[in-house]
Parts: sequence; structure tokens; C-alpha cells
Amino acid sequence: MFLGGRENLSVNLQLDNLQKSYHTVKALKSVTLNLQGNKIIVLLGVNGAGKSTLMRILAGLESVDNGKILFNNQNTNAKALRQVATLVFQKTAMFTMNVYDNLAYGLKIRKVTEEEIAGRISDALGAVRLSGFEKRRAKKLSGGEQQRIALARAFLLDSHVLLLDEPTANLDPNSALIIERAIVGKKSSQRIIIMATHNLNQARRVADEIIHLHNGEIVEVAKPEDFFEKPKSEITRKFIRGELDF
Amino acid sequence: MADIIVQAFQQAINLIASGDPEVYATIYRTIYVAGLGTLLSCLWSIPLAVIIGLNNFRGKWIIKGIFNALIGIPTVALGLLLYLLFSRQGEFGFLNLLYTLNGIAIGQAILVTPIIVSFTANALDKADIQLRDLAKTLGASSFRTNLTLIRETFWSMILSITAAFNRGFGELGIATIIGGSLAGETRVLTTSIALDLNRGFFDVAMAYGVILMAIVIVLALTVSLIERLRNEDLGWSKLMLWNVFRGKGKLER
Repeated sequence: MFLGGRENLSVNLQLDNLQKSYHTVKALKSVTLNLQGNKIIVLLGVNGAGKSTLMRILAGLESVDNGKILFNNQNTNAKALRQVATLVFQKTAMFTMNVYDNLAYGLKIRKVTEEEIAGRISDALGAVRLSGFEKRRAKKLSGGEQQRIALARAFLLDSHVLLLDEPTANLDPNSALIIERAIVGKKSSQRIIIMATHNLNQARRVADEIIHLHNGEIVEVAKPEDFFEKPKSEITRKFIRGELDF
Repeated sequence: MADIIVQAFQQAINLIASGDPEVYATIYRTIYVAGLGTLLSCLWSIPLAVIIGLNNFRGKWIIKGIFNALIGIPTVALGLLLYLLFSRQGEFGFLNLLYTLNGIAIGQAILVTPIIVSFTANALDKADIQLRDLAKTLGASSFRTNLTLIRETFWSMILSITAAFNRGFGELGIATIIGGSLAGETRVLTTSIALDLNRGFFDVAMAYGVILMAIVIVLALTVSLIERLRNEDLGWSKLMLWNVFRGKGKLER
């Protein structure tokens, strides 16, 4: 619905003065951004900086108190965002189903044929190196395996906005590497990938652009080399050095 | 004391082995009223629990509190109320439910309603909030999200229904007041126990008690076994009962 006539152009997401409060706590004070496809955008920030709130708003799971979100230059709301965005949660959630049914859930909603579902699931499992796991109980898999399934489930939907909330937190280096490679492999002009992480090395490895969020505000937007070598903001400098109180 | 229990077990086995049709009829009637009562209750309790569990509205905690409190309603009090309603002069006297099995079943359906509503609504209410978000972020509508949550809490519903059946199966007040314990007609296991105890047939009363307990335990074990099979992803064909009991009935990975 948002892509009419612009299949060859890069998708874009504009956030205009987003504000969100929970009771008296201002989670997002004023967030304004312009995000383009074919990029991995990494959201950095200490705990409570507003990363997860922003991800949930972009996923259409929360509404904003103030501000506008435009997808491909069209004003959009939470319900419409859920049609173009998919969020992979930090704490993996699995339905009490086998891996196949977990992966097929979103595709069945989109009325994809059973034959196509089977083919796409097989490919997606291969991409996260879990081929042959279709009949396993998803909740019985290890944390790393579940996170890879969650990623495959999001990949299958081919969403224009892929949101990853600390997808490698608490994972062993091998699982983290598999996930990172899979994420990088999903870059496309028709997709904006936004990943929240605490891991500075990971940000350096995968990011095309880094956004530093602090106390609900954006303090720096830069390419990785500039972000780490020539940070403009004193808060960012302290954050990189691990000197920031939160 | 131990002798009495052993004798009760022997008497229970003798009662079942005797082939006395009234013993089997009493067991059948008990299962019938508890089963029909539970099924009837499910017709309104499950939808009610879904409405309460999946929606946030003002005063929800009061409604949940009332249902929680009603779980412990004395069966004699409910039986007495229903007696007044079902008696010839009562509002529902024209239904001729007094001293019938269906009358007991309706009474038990009302009795177990708070159990099913409370347990199921709580399970739905506490369903992982992340599962709601997950369903939504995968594109599910509100209706589909709710269906998914109901599916996720299906086993909690089965457990609440089992608890409801057991409550009906072992209750005495409604069976006595509404059923009247008429021989060959409305006598169930609990009223048989009470009657035989009053008549001084302690061993027979104990034997009926053993049968009652045995049925409840077998049902509970069956439900647990099915849950285990489901959790471990075992098909009946792959079931090796011994291994399941020993905790080795898992699929090889």
C-alpha cells in the first residue's frame, strides 16, 4: 500500500518530533530522523535511553504522544506500521508450536500458499543454519537457536522495516556471528534495518549508520568510523569510553 | 486404622467385582452429572473467562475477585437456593428438575462456573505479554491475536475444566438436596457414602470412597500423562509407558 510506483526507489522512514511518556517518565523527548533503505542503522545507548521504546513505536506496538511517522512520505499510524515493520525481541518469544508452525504463523496470516510456505521456511532455516529443525518444539531449543528462529521468522515476512532489539544479547559468539551475517545478508533498498545493541564492537562491524540515543534524545548520528573516531558530542565520547552514568 | 483402609480397599474391589448393577449405575450417574454439569458450565464459563481475561476494563479486579470468592461457595447453600427455585412453587418448578440427575447437573454447572472462569481468565490475563506483541508484530489482527492467546493457554483451560469436573464429582450438598439420593435414580457416590455411613455400613461407605478417589486420581493422572505427551512431543505410537514414567520418554535430538 505504501510502495505504489516506487518499487525501484529506496524505502524511507521519517520520524518527526516523536514524543512518548509513561506516566511522569519521558521515554522519548523529541526524536527526529530520516532513515533510508539499504542500510543497517544501529541504535546505541545505555539502559533506559529510549531504544526499546523507539523500536516498539516503529513496530506499531505503541502509539506516540506527539509527532508524526511517515513511511515513503505518507503519514502512518501504529496499525499501518504493523503491516510494514517486524520486530525481533531481545527476549525471544516462541509460540507453543513446532519450529515450522512458528515460522509459518505470519505467512499464513498473509495467505501464502502451503507449498510456498514450505519452500520459504526451508530457505529461511538454511539462512540461519538450522536446516532440519522444522519439527522440533520451538520452546525446547536453546536460547541461541530460538533467537535464530525468531530472526528467520522475521526474515520470512520480507518486511520493509526490520527492527532488531538486541538480537545477540546473551548469545555465544558463534550464534552471534551467524545472526550478524544473516542480518547483513538482508540489506536491500526495499528494507530499512534498525538494530538496537549495547555491543560497541558489533555496532562497528555491522552498522552503516549509528544513532546514539540518551535520555530519550538523539545526541549523535554518524557513520561508524566518525562515531568512534571523531564523536561530536561529549555524551557520545563518554559513552564510548564507558564513563556514562545511567 | 491401617486395617480399616486395607479392608476398605478389599471391599471396594469386592464391590466392583460383585457385578452389582447398582454399584455400576451409581458410578455412571456420578460421572454423568459431573460430566454434564462441567460441559454445561463450559458453554458460558469459557466465553465469560475469555471476555474477562483478554480485555482490560474498569472494575475488572472486582469481577475477578468475586469469581475467586465464589470458588469456595458452600454446596449446601447453593443446593438450598436451587431447591427453592426448582421446587414446585419455585420460579423454575415447571421444569420438573427436582430429584432428577439433570437437576443435579445444572446445580453442579453453576457450582463449577467460578472455577472455570477464575482459572481460565487468570491464565489468559497472565499469558506472556510478549506473545501478544509477537502475534501483532507478525501481522495478526486483534481477533487473531486473541485466538492465538487462547490456543497458548489451552492447557490451562483443560486443567480448569478437570478441576471443575473433580469439584462436581466429589460434592455432596447439591446431590443430596436437589437429587434426594433416590435409590436407583439419583443416588451418586457421595450420597451413597453419606447414606451408608448413617446406616452404619462403614465398610461400604469406605469402599465407595475408595472408588470415588480412584476415579479422581485416574482422571488426574490421565490428564498429566496427556500433558506430558504433548510437552515432550511424543506421539502415542512412540510412547513407551515405562520410559515416560522413568522420565526417559523424550524425543531424541
